[in-house]
Amino acid sequence: MKIPQSVSLVGTLTLAGLLSGLVIVGVHRWTEPIIRENKARALQESVFEVLPGSEAVEAWVWSGEELDPAAGDGGAGGSEGDAIYAGFGAGGEFVGWAIPAAGAGYQDTIRLLYGYDPQRRQVVGMRVLESRETPGLGDRIIKDLSFVSEFEALAIEPRVVLVKEGGDAPNEVDAITGATISSQAVVDVINSGNEVWLQRLPETTPAAPSQPPTEVSP
Amino acid sequence: MSAKTPESAYAELVKGLWEENPVFIQVLGMCPALAVTNTAVNGLAMGGATLFVMVMSSLMISSLRKVIPRQVRISTYIVVIATFVTVADMLLEAFTPLIHKELGAFISLIVVNCLILGRQEAFASKNTPRMAVADGLGMGIGFTFALVLLGGAREVLGKGALFGVSLFGDAFEPWIIMILPPGGFLMLGFLLLLFASVKEAKENLNGSPAADTSDERAA
Amino acid sequence: MEDNLQLLWIFVGALLVNNFTLSYFLGLCPFFGVSGRLDTAFRLGLANIFVMVITSLCASFLNAFVLPHAPYLRLISFIVVIASTVQFVEMVVRKLSPVLFRALGIFLPLITTNCAILALALFQTSRGYGVLEGIVFALGAGGGLTLALVLMAGLREEAELSNIPGIIRGTAMNLIIAGILSLAFMGFAGLFSAS
Repeated sequence: MKIPQSVSLVGTLTLAGLLSGLVIVGVHRWTEPIIRENKARALQESVFEVLPGSEAVEAWVWSGEELDPAAGDGGAGGSEGDAIYAGFGAGGEFVGWAIPAAGAGYQDTIRLLYGYDPQRRQVVGMRVLESRETPGLGDRIIKDLSFVSEFEALAIEPRVVLVKEGGDAPNEVDAITGATISSQAVVDVINSGNEVWLQRLPETTPAAPSQPPTEVSP
Repeated sequence: MSAKTPESAYAELVKGLWEENPVFIQVLGMCPALAVTNTAVNGLAMGGATLFVMVMSSLMISSLRKVIPRQVRISTYIVVIATFVTVADMLLEAFTPLIHKELGAFISLIVVNCLILGRQEAFASKNTPRMAVADGLGMGIGFTFALVLLGGAREVLGKGALFGVSLFGDAFEPWIIMILPPGGFLMLGFLLLLFASVKEAKENLNGSPAADTSDERAA
Repeated sequence: MEDNLQLLWIFVGALLVNNFTLSYFLGLCPFFGVSGRLDTAFRLGLANIFVMVITSLCASFLNAFVLPHAPYLRLISFIVVIASTVQFVEMVVRKLSPVLFRALGIFLPLITTNCAILALALFQTSRGYGVLEGIVFALGAGGGLTLALVLMAGLREEAELSNIPGIIRGTAMNLIIAGILSLAFMGFAGLFSAS
């Protein structure tokens, strides 16, 4: 009896699919708020780190023509290509923009977040979010604190430049010995991030968001 | 595949730990075994997630074994396994975000771990839920044990630490290759070699013929 | 980076620098299982490339239109796509070349459980590749897989004829060979240095 058999086959798979769907949707609804909160917190931690003095974050999204605050996302929305983050200090004053950027490193892509202060036209902080550089060498872009601190008051004009050592000009960064390529990659990523975003920044200083800014105790 | 009928749930559980250890004897589930064992903690987390998926899938499939038609059994198994993997992924992301980030895509890859599918096909679909869960537990724990051993060995040599606790202090020059991909291959190869020599030495001592474990290699 | 350079980086990256098998530990089941013979290994590699390209296309489609509404169904839908593609490839190979079909044996349906294919779809999603980037990535990853398979098969054929102690033969030896291959491939790092 062919027909009943096919029915039972399809029926079983459909039933399995439905049950599976139920289970997944159920767990998803339970865990989604927790996951979202984790992501928001992680993002805020990174932003606070690259924009020293900031205590609140607001996501701004590039629509293709202009940059506007993201609608009610609490600072966790937006995909990497089109969102940056405005940081505000304790008194609601604007601190700077945290810009995510990525590019090719030595081994694989490096993803980082850097803070930019438009008034002083300087990079004020940098944090590598993801990298697969060689442990002990390339990964010093994360671990070597003196390298990271090079990005705390870095002029961006005409562009950030990597030098082997003894870089004194405000727009120069000293490379990590033995990890020149990884260091260069970080500099390149910031330069290309600037190329894309500096022209998109609004002329006026953003005001603190009208609803209470999302605050998480550090 | 062992042809003997299951003697007891306990026996089923124990066999997965050593005699039919998924990684060292059956050589299954290699992808996660090598990819996420750069530290002991990661090995433990991956093993735990796999254990969860194994046990839940075995339980479900064994309970439904009389109902699932033969022709679509593999597809059904995969749907069940994928469901629990998705659940495990969500739970990890919610409650241990750091570990979730370390393991990354490999959590989702548990669904194509030949170990789990193999056990459903070879065992869970033919035995009672109690036996199936015991088997799942045993294999899962054996798998976790192998991963922690591998991860621990690589972490100690490659970072001078175990479970994040530094063992040797600053003077230790880490053997970095151990936490990189070649280290995974090499370390597992050495461990297999170690276990094979131990086994051979034991047999020489006992004077008994070498136990033929080659037929334990499940598909 | 300009677009063409970016595509080249994706291709070469997946093929050599971050080889799917030797660097990401994917596709190990066929790598250790079938790589005993050079010609079988090569043909299996080609079958994998084909499945990967189709999977990449379907994944792009799913990611663009279907999954934004239900992201938690990603895993299941990818698996279904892969299983169907492999089924399709099986039918085509059986019709066009029964000899090849017999030679590949069980390894053809096992492409479904090849973690490399699922990983391709997952990486493509998490890196946000578009359709063209996805295809280039699939070609590079599949090519890398084939490269690793072929190298391993060649080395194993040599090893068969060499004087290696019995206890090492088998999986332990294959793992050590793989480790050395992986070490060699590490030399490709920095191939595409930021200039």
